[in-house]
Amino acid sequence: MAIITYRDALNQALREEMQRDARVFLMGEEVGVYQGAYKVSKGLLQEFGEMRVVDTPITELGFAGVGVGAAMVGLRPIIEFMTWNFALLALDQVVNAAAKMLYMSGGQFNIPMVFRGPNGAALQLGAQHSQAWESWLAHIPGLKVVAPGTPYDAKGLLKAAIRDDNPVCVLEGEMLYNNKGEVPDGEYIVPLGVADLKRKGEHATIVTWGKQVLVAMAAADQLAKDGITIDVVDLRSIRPLDERAIIDSVKKTNRCIVLEEGWYFAGVGAQITDLVQRECFDDLDSPVLRVTQADAPMPYAKGLEKAAKADLPKTIAAVRRALYLD
Amino acid sequence: MAKRTSPAKSPPKPAASAPAPDAERTLHLSLLRSMLLQRRFEERVAEAYAIGRIGGFCHLYIGQEAVSTGTLSHLRPDDYMITTYRDHGQALARGLTPRSVMAELFGRVDGCAGGKGGSMHMFDKATGFLGGHGIVGGHLPIATGVGFAIKYRGGDQVICCFFGEAAVNNGAFHESLNMAALWKLPVIFIIENNRYGMGTSVERASAINDIYQRAGSYDMHRGVVDGQDVLAVRAAIDEAVTRARTDQSPTLLEMRTYRFMGHSMSDAVSGTYRSKAELDEYLKRDPIALLRAHMEERDTLTEPVMQALDTEIKAIVQDAWDFAEASPEPPLEALMEHVYVDTTSDTISAAGGWS
Repeated sequence: MAIITYRDALNQALREEMQRDARVFLMGEEVGVYQGAYKVSKGLLQEFGEMRVVDTPITELGFAGVGVGAAMVGLRPIIEFMTWNFALLALDQVVNAAAKMLYMSGGQFNIPMVFRGPNGAALQLGAQHSQAWESWLAHIPGLKVVAPGTPYDAKGLLKAAIRDDNPVCVLEGEMLYNNKGEVPDGEYIVPLGVADLKRKGEHATIVTWGKQVLVAMAAADQLAKDGITIDVVDLRSIRPLDERAIIDSVKKTNRCIVLEEGWYFAGVGAQITDLVQRECFDDLDSPVLRVTQADAPMPYAKGLEKAAKADLPKTIAAVRRALYLD
Repeated sequence: MAKRTSPAKSPPKPAASAPAPDAERTLHLSLLRSMLLQRRFEERVAEAYAIGRIGGFCHLYIGQEAVSTGTLSHLRPDDYMITTYRDHGQALARGLTPRSVMAELFGRVDGCAGGKGGSMHMFDKATGFLGGHGIVGGHLPIATGVGFAIKYRGGDQVICCFFGEAAVNNGAFHESLNMAALWKLPVIFIIENNRYGMGTSVERASAINDIYQRAGSYDMHRGVVDGQDVLAVRAAIDEAVTRARTDQSPTLLEMRTYRFMGHSMSDAVSGTYRSKAELDEYLKRDPIALLRAHMEERDTLTEPVMQALDTEIKAIVQDAWDFAEASPEPPLEALMEHVYVDTTSDTISAAGGWS
C-alpha cells in the first residue's frame, strides 16, 4: 500500500488502462506537451506518443464530438475538460450525442468513453469557474456520473469508467489533486454504482460524494467529541445511484443529511430526499436536511465565498438540527 | 500531425477518363435506379405521413438525390457516412433496405433503429451508416472523430459527412474543419446547399455566398459542384476520396442543389420564403430528368427500359410499405432497453469494432 496523491492516482489509472488497451486514448486541452493543466497526465505523452495523448485547440464542442465519433467506431476515448465549467460548450455532444446514441440507434452504437476533469469550486475563482455540475449530468439517462473523494476511489473509479461501455462523466476536484491517501500496489477496480460507508455511526447519516466527503468526515470527527456518531455514506457514483446503501444507513440512524457542493434547487440532494421519504418514511425521526451552496452565483470576495459554500460549520449545524440539539 | 502548408486547390474538375460504353451504361443505370428509388420511396412517405402512418418531424429529400447517389455510389462498404435529419434518401443510397427504412418511419420493430429513431435518426452499423442527427451541425465533430479513428488505426477508409448550408454558420462546423485540417483527417465534408435553412435563404444567413470558400480559413481543399448533376457529384467525390485515402486530407465540397418540397411536412412547397417561379426554375433541373436526358442522348436508355425500371421500383416501395405495416410496434419492454449497455471492455471482445 503506497501513499500517493489523488493526482497521481488518476495518472496511474490512465497509464495502466492505456497500457492495457490500445484503443484507449486521452484527448483535451494541454494534456500532452504541457503535461496536463493540473498535471494529471504527466509523462503520458512521452510514454504513449501524440496519437494517443492528443493536445487539442480550445474547442470543447469539437473535441468532445471527436470522442463520440471515435467511440462509435470502436475506440475508447478519454476526453479531458480542463474544468467541467468549460464542458458547457460541449453539452450538445455529451447530452445529445454520447448519452443518446445507443438508444436512438436501437442498441447498435454504444459509446464507450469517459469525460473527465475538475468539478466545483476551488478558491476565489469567481462565478464562471466555480460550479458543480453533477445534478445536470446525472439528470440525463444514458450517462453515468462518478465523483471520487479519495485517491483510492479516484483510481478505482477512473479505471472502471474507462472499461465501462457507456459514457461516464468523472468529476474530479481541483482542491483534491494534492490530497494524499492509501492506494494498493496491485490492480483494483471500484465498481460504478457502489457507495462506500466511509464512517460508521449511530445518530445520523450524511450522504455525500466527491470533495464533500472530506467535509463530512471532518464533521463526523468533530461531532464525535460530543458523543454524536455519524454514518458517512460516500456515494462515489451519482448515477447509477446505490439506493440500498442510503436506505440501509437511514433505517439504522433514522436521520439523514445530504451534503452537496452544488446549488439547492433541483440538486442531487433533492433526488436523494425523494428516495429517503419514500423508502424510509416510517424510520425518520426528523426531516431530511440539505446542505448546499447558497442559491447564488459564486462570489469572488473571500468572506462571501466562504458564506456561499457548503462547509464544515454548516454541516455540523445541520446534523445538530436533525438531532434537535439546537 | 503537422498542419499542411500547401495551398488549397481550386474546385475539382470532372474525371478525365470516360468508362467504356457498356460499363458506362451499367453505371448510369445504377445511378438512375438509386435516385429513382429515393424519389418513389419519398413520394410514398409523403402519402404515409398524410394518413398518419408516420408521425413527428419528417423532412423529404426530393430534388437532392444526385448528391446522395453521386457520393455514396463511390464509397466502399467499409467506409463510413453520417448525415442530418434529412436522411431517408441517403439511407437508401447507402444500401439500407427500403423495408428497414420504411419500418423505421412507421415506428416498427423491424426498422433500422428498432422504431426508436424515427425519420430523423436512421442508423445501420452494417453499412457504416452512423446516423441521422437532429441538431444542426452536431454531427460534424462526430464525423471528425471517425476520421480521427481511421487515422488512429492506420486505415484507408473515409467518412462522408453531409449537412445543409445553414450548418456552416454554426460553431461546430468551424471547430470540425479546423481539427480535420490541422490533424489531416480523411473526412469529406459535403454541404448540401439547398439554398434554405428552413425558411432563411443563404443570402440572409451567411456573410459570404460562395460558402465553400469558408474552407479557405482552414487551408482545406474545397470545391463547388453542380449538385443536380450526379456525374459531376461523382467526379468531385472521386477526387476527394482519393485525397482522403492516399493523403488522409479532408475536403469540403459545396453541392448546389434544391429541395423540391418544403423544409418539413408542415411547410408549404412555396409561397412564403421562396416563390413558385423560383421553384419552377429549379424543377427544370430535376437530377433524375437530367441523367435520363443524358442517357437518352447517348442512346443508353429507352422509354420501355425507363418504364420497366419505374414499375419495378414502385413495386419495391409498395413491398416496403406492406412490410412496414405488417411489422409489429416495439413491445413496451423496449422502452427501457438500450439506455445503457451492461458490458465492459472485459466482456466485449477486444476486436469489437476494431477492423
